[in-house]
Amino acid sequence: MKRSIRFLLLAACFPFCAMATQADQVKAAHAWIRMLPGSLPAGGYVTLQNPSASAATLVGAHSDAYAMVMLHRSTVDKGGNSSMRGVDRLDIPVHGQVALAPAGYHLMLQQAAHPQQVGNTVDIILDFADGSHLHVPFLVRPANATD
Amino acid sequence: MKLSRFVCLTSLLVAGLLLAACQHEEAAPWQLTDISGHMPDLSFRLTDDRGQTVTAADYRGKVALLYFGYTHCPDVCPLTLAHLHVAMQQLGTLADSTRILFVSVDPARDTPQALHAYVSAFDPHVVGLTGSPADVEALTKRYRAAFSREPGKADGDYDVSHSSGIYIFDSSGKARLLATPSDPQDKLVHDLHLLLSTGGAT
Repeated sequence: MKRSIRFLLLAACFPFCAMATQADQVKAAHAWIRMLPGSLPAGGYVTLQNPSASAATLVGAHSDAYAMVMLHRSTVDKGGNSSMRGVDRLDIPVHGQVALAPAGYHLMLQQAAHPQQVGNTVDIILDFADGSHLHVPFLVRPANATD
Repeated sequence: MKLSRFVCLTSLLVAGLLLAACQHEEAAPWQLTDISGHMPDLSFRLTDDRGQTVTAADYRGKVALLYFGYTHCPDVCPLTLAHLHVAMQQLGTLADSTRILFVSVDPARDTPQALHAYVSAFDPHVVGLTGSPADVEALTKRYRAAFSREPGKADGDYDVSHSSGIYIFDSSGKARLLATPSDPQDKLVHDLHLLLSTGGAT
């Protein structure tokens, strides 16, 4: 009898346990876009926290507001030369966080569907390795915002 | 005889120490990298973001901050210009004697109009400069600042890798300091303040 109750409890819990996707685990904070004039590509920034005990991996992002959203990383080499590279995967460590912040990891946002305005929020969907998605509102800030 | 030699040596030693102390004091004021005598004077002939032909002589009398970048750079260039904007705010009225020269390493896309919209979004002390690829390259080479166009993407878009240093010239066009984007804001403000208040005499 006791065993069957335990089984029932497990069976009842199982669908919920299975639904804990990477997108469910990850919390987004300080999400913003640096507004640049005209149709210039803009940088998107967000801090991703993973308080859970299982790994989460960001593999990309998309948005109705931009035709192209790419995960990039800026680096400066020893000679002081600055360049950008596409990034396929970005791990958010267990019980840790990753900052997409100026001069490091960022979302490169191109081909805006319509001109953005400072103070607006733009919905960007972060795509995780397990196929789950996290909707994050990004605040549009002026070009000369620093962080 | 021996005593006089001792006195002589001692006084030489003391003089030497004093001299070293003075030199130490003289070498100390800058917090950024001192490039005085290691880089040539500011010299160029380019087109500004209002479409006017300008040369380095047009900026004599101002402290000039030379930075190479391009407008399709969404991350590092805007951050650098945003930091420079904060520095200008901290300098207050002294900022009026300063010009930030943002030289495009992507003259094919960066027309004066495009540059004007871009630099205006950051700070009123920024001047956008563009020109023929040869003129831009000559200026980058003059300051050993490399740049290269990265392999293109599918839609003809491309990125440009470029030097991230900020070259600082005094009001007579002499190269004085080099800042990198990782240098703390305080150092830049400190050194600009010194350069602006002493007129480059330090």
